[in-house]
Amino acid sequence: MNNPAHGSLLGIEHLETKEIDGLLKLARRMNPQKPRPLLRGKRIVLLFYEPSTRTRSSFEVAAKSLGAMTVLVHSSGSSIEKGESIIDTGYTLRAVGADCIVMRHPSAGAPHLLAKHLDIPIINAGDGMHEHPSQALLDALTILKHKKSFKGLQAAIIGDIFHSRVARSACHLLSRFGVKIALCGPSDLVPDVAATLAPGVRVTRHIEDALRGTDVVMLLRVQKERLAGLRIQLSDYIARYQMTPARLKLAKRDSIVMHPGPIVRGLELTAEVADGPQSVIVDEVRNGVPTRMAILARALGKAR
Amino acid sequence: MPTAKSQKTGSLVIKGGFVIDPAAKINAPMDILLRDGRVAEVAPPNKIRVSTDEKFDARGLIVAPGFIDLHVHLREPGQNYKETIASGTIAAATGGFASVCCMPNTAPVVDAAEWVSWLRQPERGAIVNVFPIAAATKGSKGESLTDFIGLQRAGAVAVTDDGKPILEDDMMRGALRLGAELNLPVVQHAEDTRVTENCSMHAGPTSFRLGLRGMTAAAEASIVDRDVNLAQQIRESRMHVAHLSTSDALKAVRRGKRAKARVTCEVTPHHFTLTDENVGEFNTNFKMNPPLRSAADLEAIIVALADGTVDAIATDHAPHATHEKDVEFEKASFGITGLETALALAITQLQLKHKIPLMRIVELFTSGPARVFDLNSRGTLARGSFADVTIFDPKKRWTFDAAKSRSLSRNTPFDGWQFTGRVVATIVGGTIVYRGD
Repeated sequence: MNNPAHGSLLGIEHLETKEIDGLLKLARRMNPQKPRPLLRGKRIVLLFYEPSTRTRSSFEVAAKSLGAMTVLVHSSGSSIEKGESIIDTGYTLRAVGADCIVMRHPSAGAPHLLAKHLDIPIINAGDGMHEHPSQALLDALTILKHKKSFKGLQAAIIGDIFHSRVARSACHLLSRFGVKIALCGPSDLVPDVAATLAPGVRVTRHIEDALRGTDVVMLLRVQKERLAGLRIQLSDYIARYQMTPARLKLAKRDSIVMHPGPIVRGLELTAEVADGPQSVIVDEVRNGVPTRMAILARALGKAR
Repeated sequence: MPTAKSQKTGSLVIKGGFVIDPAAKINAPMDILLRDGRVAEVAPPNKIRVSTDEKFDARGLIVAPGFIDLHVHLREPGQNYKETIASGTIAAATGGFASVCCMPNTAPVVDAAEWVSWLRQPERGAIVNVFPIAAATKGSKGESLTDFIGLQRAGAVAVTDDGKPILEDDMMRGALRLGAELNLPVVQHAEDTRVTENCSMHAGPTSFRLGLRGMTAAAEASIVDRDVNLAQQIRESRMHVAHLSTSDALKAVRRGKRAKARVTCEVTPHHFTLTDENVGEFNTNFKMNPPLRSAADLEAIIVALADGTVDAIATDHAPHATHEKDVEFEKASFGITGLETALALAITQLQLKHKIPLMRIVELFTSGPARVFDLNSRGTLARGSFADVTIFDPKKRWTFDAAKSRSLSRNTPFDGWQFTGRVVATIVGGTIVYRGD
């Protein structure tokens, strides 16, 4: 039992502002097109208990761009299926020679548990509904590439906030830099308590209210199966909260539209918005690689 | 009445102590003579002049009736890797408890008279009195009531499906009706499990921040509300709310008490000490059911402890092995140990911080719980009572070291806490079963 190893990234909430700044600066200097063998000889294990396309591939490309070796361990087809605990899986990977573990898990706090027991850095690649820090960092990088700074910015995050680790991490990060955040959606998906998450966060049920004057529009995927049993029907959701070109006009003219993916065209946004000039959805994915290069370089003490 | 050990026919005088016995309204320096397992005499200092086998110097100490814990999990039968009756009662004695009431959610569930008898056999090695609480429904499945008559005859002091609620209205009504006929309390674990599925802590800002599903206060209060209504409707029925944790549930209990229904409730030390914020970053030693609640709930509980609404402090001592706690928060078992820290928390939190008088605190550990389950001649030092005595130093400062706990398990949130108030000796049936520094 110990504190997380130096270089671990478990969440945004407890990260110091200067560390966030440092990671963003480092990410700007990382270029996947020009591989730098900063992590040559390092072994990075990608430990995934949930399916993932972009996070997993992005971490893998990031690691390889830095010259590290990667090993993918997935919960299916490994001893995890035989009932091995997180801690024992962690000890095993450490013994195999892992220098760093990137972990995705459906249960909130799972990376914290691993970090308590291992002396190598643990990177949270998404834990349940809790946090997704690398996503928040790549989103911050994306925002900074389109806006000069966070100063005076307003953001609207629309959709299923309750189930979203992306939203939680984004709120912690943007709030730290003074961004005013409106969380918007029906009460089942955006409970009032969400406003307590961080300073400068408010909840609104009206998309017009959320959008007016906003610089950043962040949409979240709405999973149909999660609407089942809730008070809101899918058609109501679309009628009230779908991002359309007409609604987007309420936001600032130079606002950007973000989405952590995977997107569902025709549900939380129309194809016109997804492919429109204000959409930076593909940029986000692109920015994932340098961001994760920065995270891994910091984790393994090569952050220079 | 069951007692832990074959009673020694001996005598013991406790001299020089300050006696607090709320049932007998004593709050004064007194000497106490115990003989043949009973309290033989309570008299002003130096008035007892008989020669005894043993003498206990209690100068500077509080001498109280033996503490009673209405709610412990001793994990036998079937889960002796977490706790045994022997280890659990040693922990109880260390915490000043001369009597404990053990919960039936074991493996198998204590839903038959034979298991109640088994729990009380001397072979179990209990060093304090053990009063079994039997299951209210077979297998605690909520489908059909157990044989209350046979269970009571075997020694069960109450019935419950603890760990789970008695959820269906008809089942609870049936249990209260049968209990009323037998004068047997029905203990309710008040949780509407239809709305707490997959929840691992209290619903509030902390659960939202951590991305954990939360149990609402209403999930507890709605069941207590329903049960208070039933207790009012069913004459002579006795309904006891286990580990009450919310302000709204207290309102329901107050309503029942005002209406003279036989409604009682207990509160745990962790619910009067900690809030949901203490879960911090997924610390599973702060995961229990009912969960740690809001600061407003805690305030309401303090008020209810002070004003008499709460009948007893009960620990809900719930030992678990490391492999059941050192896992993902959502997967971790609910519950914490509590026997060894209860008095210290009561003194540190209730007396020193919230200025609740020691007399009231002792009542919550003695005559209060004795009344809830009709443990006659216990919870008092009146002449003729069982010679169960708890002696403690209310000013002693100490640090709790979980590694030195006498429980088989280590799942406590209070490791390393600095306390004021410590048990010095626990006497059961006239025999000193625990002696501290």
